[in-house]
Amino acid sequence: MSTIFDGLSLGAIYALIALGYTMVYGIAKMLNFAHGDIIMVGAYAIFTTLAAGGHIGLALVVAVVVCVVFGIVIEKVAYKPLRGSSPLAVLITAIGVSYLLQSVAQIIFGAKAQTVSMVSFGSMKIGSAEISIASVITLVVGAVIMAGLTLFVRNTRTGRAMQAVSEDKGAAQLMGINVNRIIMITFAIGSALAACASIFYLMQIPSTEPTLGSMPGIKAFTAAVIGGIGSIPGAMIGGVLLGVVEKICLSIPVLAPYTTAVEFAILILILLVRPIGLLGKKRREKV
Amino acid sequence: MSKLKKLKLSNYVCYIMVAAVMVVSFIVAQTGNLPRSYSNLLVQIAYSIILAVSLNLVVGFLGELSLGHAGFMCVGAYVGSYLAMQLAEVIDNKLIVLILSMLIGGLLAAFFGFLVGLPALRLKGDYLAIVTLAFGEIVRTVFKNMSVFGKAMGLSTQAIKYDSRQDTSLYLVSFITVLVVLFFVQNLVRSKHGRAITAIRDNEIAAKAMGINVTFYKLFVFVIAAFFAGMAGVIYGHYTTPVLYSFFSYNYSIEILVMVVLGGMASINGSIIAAALITFINFQLQSHLSGDLAALKYLIYALILIVLVIFNNAPKLAPIKDKLSPKLLFAKITGKKRHPGDIRSDAGDWRVIPTKIKMDEVLSVDLQQNTEFTPDKPQKGGK
Repeated sequence: MSTIFDGLSLGAIYALIALGYTMVYGIAKMLNFAHGDIIMVGAYAIFTTLAAGGHIGLALVVAVVVCVVFGIVIEKVAYKPLRGSSPLAVLITAIGVSYLLQSVAQIIFGAKAQTVSMVSFGSMKIGSAEISIASVITLVVGAVIMAGLTLFVRNTRTGRAMQAVSEDKGAAQLMGINVNRIIMITFAIGSALAACASIFYLMQIPSTEPTLGSMPGIKAFTAAVIGGIGSIPGAMIGGVLLGVVEKICLSIPVLAPYTTAVEFAILILILLVRPIGLLGKKRREKV
Repeated sequence: MSKLKKLKLSNYVCYIMVAAVMVVSFIVAQTGNLPRSYSNLLVQIAYSIILAVSLNLVVGFLGELSLGHAGFMCVGAYVGSYLAMQLAEVIDNKLIVLILSMLIGGLLAAFFGFLVGLPALRLKGDYLAIVTLAFGEIVRTVFKNMSVFGKAMGLSTQAIKYDSRQDTSLYLVSFITVLVVLFFVQNLVRSKHGRAITAIRDNEIAAKAMGINVTFYKLFVFVIAAFFAGMAGVIYGHYTTPVLYSFFSYNYSIEILVMVVLGGMASINGSIIAAALITFINFQLQSHLSGDLAALKYLIYALILIVLVIFNNAPKLAPIKDKLSPKLLFAKITGKKRHPGDIRSDAGDWRVIPTKIKMDEVLSVDLQQNTEFTPDKPQKGGK
């Protein structure tokens, strides 16, 4: 019971990160490899603010702002010049950006994990199971954010413009949508979600290191792919699925060392059976 | 005729480079002046070249991104070294053991290449990249937990390790392997099959329409690249002890990718130079930088990836790139007047062959004809 609950809250974190991947992929048609490292940037922003004596609330705001700024700058400097060139080039640049963030973080903060003095929430008992309050907060806030995002994309002007851009960039531009602005907004939202994910991540594991974002990043991307990249509900389902699978695997002693392998094996199997992911849209290839 | 000659020269440049390094280092080693660390460096360079050239087959020629190249190397290193240790008890000759284990390790890695190639038939681009990444991580995790291979302690290959102080044969064998790999890859990419592979990269649908068996060639490239990576892994297993799972992480796959990008996509000579350069820089950084500054290495990698890829691919930078092209600079030095367009069409790139008639030229021709037009004579159509 508590395993599944932990899995759900981990899944909520993955889902938040996966949303960032999936939105950027849907609109800019690129895999933003550096997205995972934005989480790391957020974690260090929180760490620095708290270490400087700032309040926890201030730290959260700082994290979101810093992440959004990073997201926009990265898009402008590294990805925008490559718009319209081969996907391979964009992917390799994204990997480069990911490395850049990690190595700069390591040079500034050191490779050692730094403890972040987050507030501890303790745990509560429901029946026989013990559930940490941080997990509950993660789950609830995560669900609220995701619901808000879905409403935003469906009902606002910007959200609908995003849908249009993801459907057909050229046609959207002809309809008077500023595609560059929409892509920038998408990166900003994705990075803000990553900042939220870093907050929840630190609530569960209160320490930060330069490679903090890389594994959750890759796993969240896996989640996004499992759910069908470009699809917002898909990212949520994929994230929660992956989180639950991870916690269940970790709780079974025989499987525990193979957790990562199991998760990736699920990814490969799903992609083999359904190359577009669970909820992905089929795209016909045009000559 | 002269064009053929030029092709052949560039064909042999890489062999000459590798062979020269091998011969020179062998002579120095015979006189006993080769520092031990440098013979280690040579082995590192040799297996890096094999890895970079084989990854270039996948990324540069086939046009699919593989982020799990270290995974194939991992298979080769663990299984090949394990086999070598078993074989060493039966066969006395160390060299035969090395070559046998290289073949078997390579074959097993090739089998895994086949397995990874299968999803490659259904997936493309980013999806395939993530599957190869997943493959690399799965392989690493599985080997880490197998008790035959020493679990988290790694596989101790002390029994078959070549001591670089007494035995220089490992780097000789590695360099000969490099030559064999180069021979194979050079001939492959210049053959009908190589052209088929690049055709798939440039336009898969068009390639299919021309009757190219896309399924076969995709699997083929993955299997070949995995085979070579497996061989590189076996060399690694003979060079160091223990073979540790953590070495074959995603970071190492990226390191190989950096070599390919730095050397230039689909350029074998480039891959060789870049592999040697990166390995050398690594080697120097390792001895001078420690602690947190070791991240400087990754900072350099990151900058190489970002700057080179943007420079080579950004549509807006294309004119600047043309101005800086080596051919044009050469033309400037020799005093021949050429402008970027000439150089570009020299390269034989089909994309720059003009397909549209320029409207201005057509109009100006018409105007000239109009001046000759005399209304008294009956006009004859189409001069």
